[in-house]
Amino acid sequence: MGFPPEIILEAVLNGLLTGAVYGLVALGLTLVYGVLHIINFAHGALLTAAMYAAYVARTALGIDPYVAALPLAGLFFVLGYGVQRLVIGPASQGKDENILLVTLGLSIIVENLMLAIFRSDTRSIDVPYAMEVVEFGPALLSWPRLVGFGATLAVGVALFLLMTRTATGKAIRAVAKERTGAALVGIDVAHIYAVTFGIGTACLAIAAALLLPSFYVSPRVGNAFVLVAFTIVVLGGMGSVVGALVGGLVIGVVESLSGLYLGDSLGQIGIFLIFILVLLVRPTGLFGARA
Amino acid sequence: MTARDLLPILAFAAVVALAPLLVSSNVVLNFLVFTMIIALAAQGWNLLGGYGGQYSFGHAAFFGTGAYLTAILQVRYGMNAYPAFAAGIGLAALVGLAIGFLAFRSGLRGSYFALVTLAFAEVFRVLANASEVTGGAAGILIRLRADPANFQFAERGTFLWVALALVTLALVATLMLERSRLGAQLVAVRENEAAAQALGVDVLSVKLRTIALSAGMTGAAGGLYAQYFLYLDANIAYGTWISVEALLAPIVGGAGTVFGPVLGAVILHGLAEATKSIAGSIPGIDLVVFGIVLILVVRYPPRDLPGLLRRRRRP
Repeated sequence: MGFPPEIILEAVLNGLLTGAVYGLVALGLTLVYGVLHIINFAHGALLTAAMYAAYVARTALGIDPYVAALPLAGLFFVLGYGVQRLVIGPASQGKDENILLVTLGLSIIVENLMLAIFRSDTRSIDVPYAMEVVEFGPALLSWPRLVGFGATLAVGVALFLLMTRTATGKAIRAVAKERTGAALVGIDVAHIYAVTFGIGTACLAIAAALLLPSFYVSPRVGNAFVLVAFTIVVLGGMGSVVGALVGGLVIGVVESLSGLYLGDSLGQIGIFLIFILVLLVRPTGLFGARA
Repeated sequence: MTARDLLPILAFAAVVALAPLLVSSNVVLNFLVFTMIIALAAQGWNLLGGYGGQYSFGHAAFFGTGAYLTAILQVRYGMNAYPAFAAGIGLAALVGLAIGFLAFRSGLRGSYFALVTLAFAEVFRVLANASEVTGGAAGILIRLRADPANFQFAERGTFLWVALALVTLALVATLMLERSRLGAQLVAVRENEAAAQALGVDVLSVKLRTIALSAGMTGAAGGLYAQYFLYLDANIAYGTWISVEALLAPIVGGAGTVFGPVLGAVILHGLAEATKSIAGSIPGIDLVVFGIVLILVVRYPPRDLPGLLRRRRRP
């Protein structure tokens, strides 16, 4: 209201850019939900772990986070595969509450391991392009966030191709639709579950590498992102990939605008209120199928 | 309920009550008081989560409300600590009722219920961190006036007795619930909601009454925390740590049993102390152990242990 239109435009554009990376975080969450039908409470902690991995790659090995993104994605795919195959799968015994508790346990372990190793200091990396901006009409856009936006779109396209053009993608979709039927035609369901979980975790690793140049990292940083990611997933509809990306953009703008009007300390309230509202009014989300 | 049913509870109370007479170490007494506060919060969670099967990930919302109102009424309005404590319990129960009404009326269950409670606790945390009446990020300090009339005690041992009395009351209340009509209906709802409804159980009313009781009990733990530590900030009162503690203890000790939360709190905090004494002061290492215990308990439910051992013995 009191702001000139350029400032609001800039807030909206920067919100869109940040929102794209939120969407990438949410993409992993929604993919796992869509196929395994579980809510992964360890998602935020795994994001934190990935951000520390990118941090170590930069500070100890001198590798730029953008270069580290793909190798980290591979590493975290293996990690996610193993966690689902060896920990979550066996412990779930087909019960929802068990999965809830096991992923909560995982998040407690990962988060506090990070705390034990890196202590509670907030850390950030120093890259030459961290503060660079690009002029877009009257607005100034942060360069790392522009890269994040582009990379998220690329990941979205890659996932789309994976799901539609490969045998693995077909198997994943089959398991998501009809698990028993998929098992009957010879698909190894436990393997597909683990692959899906691995892809979700790999998305996190890429998101972490994209976030690191413009965000600090601390042992609890994942919590902030994961609540945002839950909101996006609920808003976009659990299991909907398009919903995650669109929801991410919406939430990015909401956060940016409520930060502008309410100040940083209350800015997150807008997100939580949307979260609660959507859960109460339409838990299937805007793009989700009716349960 | 007969005298025989109360025996284990009284025996437990008697054993813990002896502690201040036997040890004078502040470390031990601190440990016991803290464990009692957690046990009380966990007993609250157990009513809703253990007996009712509704897993809340946001009991911090009730703990923090009980804690903050107890503190604010004293510090800002000069009220005596006891009515402030009672008001804290009352408001926590009301908050429970409100959250329960919104969530259960919309039919949220399982993971969705966990998510919405988590979100409510976070909203309260952000609000308390930014609001003036709670002291904002700097927190709120209750003036030290060690006098039983102020719900403050010069001796830690005395505070332990008070905390123990509340835990004992909560144990008796849990036992009474277990034997009551409400308790039976609650278990029926947990096991099969549709069937319970078909048999004429008013599911919404059962859940609402339970969440109010549950929230009030956890709110009492919050008030107790405020009176013991005399300091609160948003990350303590509404922090995820207490939501996790309140859930972990019953799960580890046995959800939906009278003694589960107390047993779990003692086991977990005993383990935490042991870990700290072995690993030194590495931050977070005790919580890593909590996480591992949680996963192990879910993977190998303790009630299956005798069976597992028997199977092992057979080749």
